[in-house]
Amino acid sequence: MRKFASLVWNKDGPLISSPSSILKRPHSTFQPIVKTIRFSSTVTLTSSQFTNLPRGPYSVVNDQDIQFFKKVLQGRVTTDSNELEFHNTDWLKTVRGSSKVLLRPKTTEEVSAVVKYCSDRHLAITPQGGNTGLVGGSVPVFDEIIISTQLMNEINSLDPVSGILVCQAGCILEMLDNHVQEHGLTIPLDLGAKGSCHIGGNVATNAGGIRLLRYGSLHGSVLGLTVVLPNGEVMDCLTPLRKDNTGYDLKQLFIGSEGTLGIITGVSIVCPQKPNAVSVALLGCENFQKVLDIFVTCKSHLAEIMSAFEFMDSPSMELVKGNLSLVSPLSEFPFYVLVECSGSDGTHDEEKLMKMLQAVMNRGEALDGIVATDYAKIENIWALRENCALALLKDGYNYKYDVSLPLQHFYTLVEEMRERLKDHVIRTVAYGHVGDGNLHLNFTTSKYCAATMALIEPFLYNWVARHDGSVSAEHGLGLKKRDFIYHSKTPSAVSLMATIKKAIDPQGIMNPYKVLPQVIRGEDGI
Amino acid sequence: MSGLRVLVGCKRVIDYAVKIRVKPDNTGVITEGVKHSMNPFDEIAVEEAVRMKEKKLASEIIAVSCGPTQCQETLRTAMAMGADKSIHVEVDAASYENLQPLHVAKILAKVAQDVKADIVFTGKQAIDDDCNQTGQMVAALLDWPQATFASKIEKANGDLTVTREIDGGLETIKVQLPAVLTADLRLNEPRYATLPNIMKAKKKKMEKKKPEDYGVDIGPRQSILKVEDPPVRQAGSKLDSVETLVSKLKDAGLVPS
Repeated sequence: MRKFASLVWNKDGPLISSPSSILKRPHSTFQPIVKTIRFSSTVTLTSSQFTNLPRGPYSVVNDQDIQFFKKVLQGRVTTDSNELEFHNTDWLKTVRGSSKVLLRPKTTEEVSAVVKYCSDRHLAITPQGGNTGLVGGSVPVFDEIIISTQLMNEINSLDPVSGILVCQAGCILEMLDNHVQEHGLTIPLDLGAKGSCHIGGNVATNAGGIRLLRYGSLHGSVLGLTVVLPNGEVMDCLTPLRKDNTGYDLKQLFIGSEGTLGIITGVSIVCPQKPNAVSVALLGCENFQKVLDIFVTCKSHLAEIMSAFEFMDSPSMELVKGNLSLVSPLSEFPFYVLVECSGSDGTHDEEKLMKMLQAVMNRGEALDGIVATDYAKIENIWALRENCALALLKDGYNYKYDVSLPLQHFYTLVEEMRERLKDHVIRTVAYGHVGDGNLHLNFTTSKYCAATMALIEPFLYNWVARHDGSVSAEHGLGLKKRDFIYHSKTPSAVSLMATIKKAIDPQGIMNPYKVLPQVIRGEDGI
Repeated sequence: MSGLRVLVGCKRVIDYAVKIRVKPDNTGVITEGVKHSMNPFDEIAVEEAVRMKEKKLASEIIAVSCGPTQCQETLRTAMAMGADKSIHVEVDAASYENLQPLHVAKILAKVAQDVKADIVFTGKQAIDDDCNQTGQMVAALLDWPQATFASKIEKANGDLTVTREIDGGLETIKVQLPAVLTADLRLNEPRYATLPNIMKAKKKKMEKKKPEDYGVDIGPRQSILKVEDPPVRQAGSKLDSVETLVSKLKDAGLVPS
């Protein structure tokens, strides 16, 4: 669901009699315009934040290099510092690089040509998609050349029978979804940033999102990739086949590699049938245990049709109500659950949903709830959950954590952190994908505070490791979390990763300073 | 003036977020397997009726819908929002394609007399055919006063004071009861049906009727010749300078040369 045109509320706008515009309400419910709270140039340079991180021994871009790029990519080489500002700064406005050049190739061949040149010249590269990453992985740390997939936005083919889509890496997720919807299909991935993120970036970071519960991770739905390796060579594994057991499955290596092993330029992905009918319920309940109880009830009643199970705590609801003026259809509860079902037969699905809701109400698992089946209402309910990330930015500085935890420890971490930070932060909010054991835990302060950070890290990561969780469930490691890799991976695993990185990128020019820790420990540790 | 009985017309239409597709044979639009919802303006009418009941202005709300069996879902929604009972006037799918505002108005007028309604409330128009006729026709058939495009409804002694959205501003009128009201967008923002109310709605009474029960002939008065997609918007093009733009505009005769 949720690929419906966003509702743009038009304050005091004229009533124009066309079906799409007569329904514009004067009330402000959802503002799709992202207001930049702080200007990019006010974000501290990463090199000044991470003073113990030295620049690698890479060459510096000179005029000759620019000339070469301009020859290969006519009119698509940007050196204007204002334009580069966006590409140097991450979406959260927490890290900022100082790249002097942005390249916007249109084809795999062009990417290959510039990467080969960079490899020969020993120039470092940061591949970039929609720049919506949350761990500082999509922006340069120093002066790495940015290669953006922005203009690689062509759809190559869509087989309506098999549902296999082949496209370039720079296609925007929402555009792809709109395209495949024309054929009754849907992209097996959906997340809040869908309007700006690129499919190549999604694959490179193995993005999760709200459909993972239903369609599984990209490791399953991506069938093939075209990747430009750090020496400029093109690895063409863009097979449109569901089954292909011939040798090592190399594409898997690039899914989630965060641009450190190569630049993904083409993607082949299998699209499931778009569900005919979608219903969403928003429930209010009194404690986290009830959230889990509802989850169990939902699994037994909705099994094959449940397509999302999300939770928000009351500070999250306060956040979107306060910072974005969204309206919740429920009164106040300590916890909220959003359940979505989607299936092929609306009447049948709704019947199942109603039975489930009756069960959770009768058992007192939910205290109140509403159901929406109209698209506009479904959209409004999802807006509450999906705008949490945007609303957080309005507080000032956002300390963002994305962890996986066994469900029994899921909310305990939030409670401990809230107690630990109570006098140091504006708020502690938690929401996330209960169905996947994925918690999004956020703290905000008006501006970055080192003392607050010291209270959070490494305490939070140690806590997660102690409770058998993962320090990054779906956001990746990027720059910000790379040194915490050992909290979730053994030294031998990290060491093998380093071996792979060295084999594919011996010069280390591809997205340097990301994913792998600054210090790689040996098998026996340091 | 407590104890008013409000009859609300609820049309089932293609959900407004759905992309409409024309049938290949140009006889209409594809409705099969397409998400339907209550006409948003009718939903506003239901909401207002429920608010009138909450303010003790109204005592009973009866929702009515004319159309195929699926209209019963629309009526359940109305009852989950707060309507007390409903009447489904069943019109088979084939006849429904030719059902016109006049047919519906005749049925609503009869139902209104039948249930002794004090107010007939509908949306100002349905978002599928955009006719904006039913409310007015009901008023004419019953010879009742009408207050269309209502954006505010207040009680004033035995009458209603209604603010209407008209071109260029607002008009405030007084109507005597019984009356026909039609709801405009800004009248209110409809509530979400809560779970307990959805459960209760299942037990509320839904009467099943046919147009013949009201003596209304639904034989078609007009026939649809053709339904076509609007012309596809021409693709734009990017120009590299203001000069080119100006010369293009001049070529097209949009600015004097």
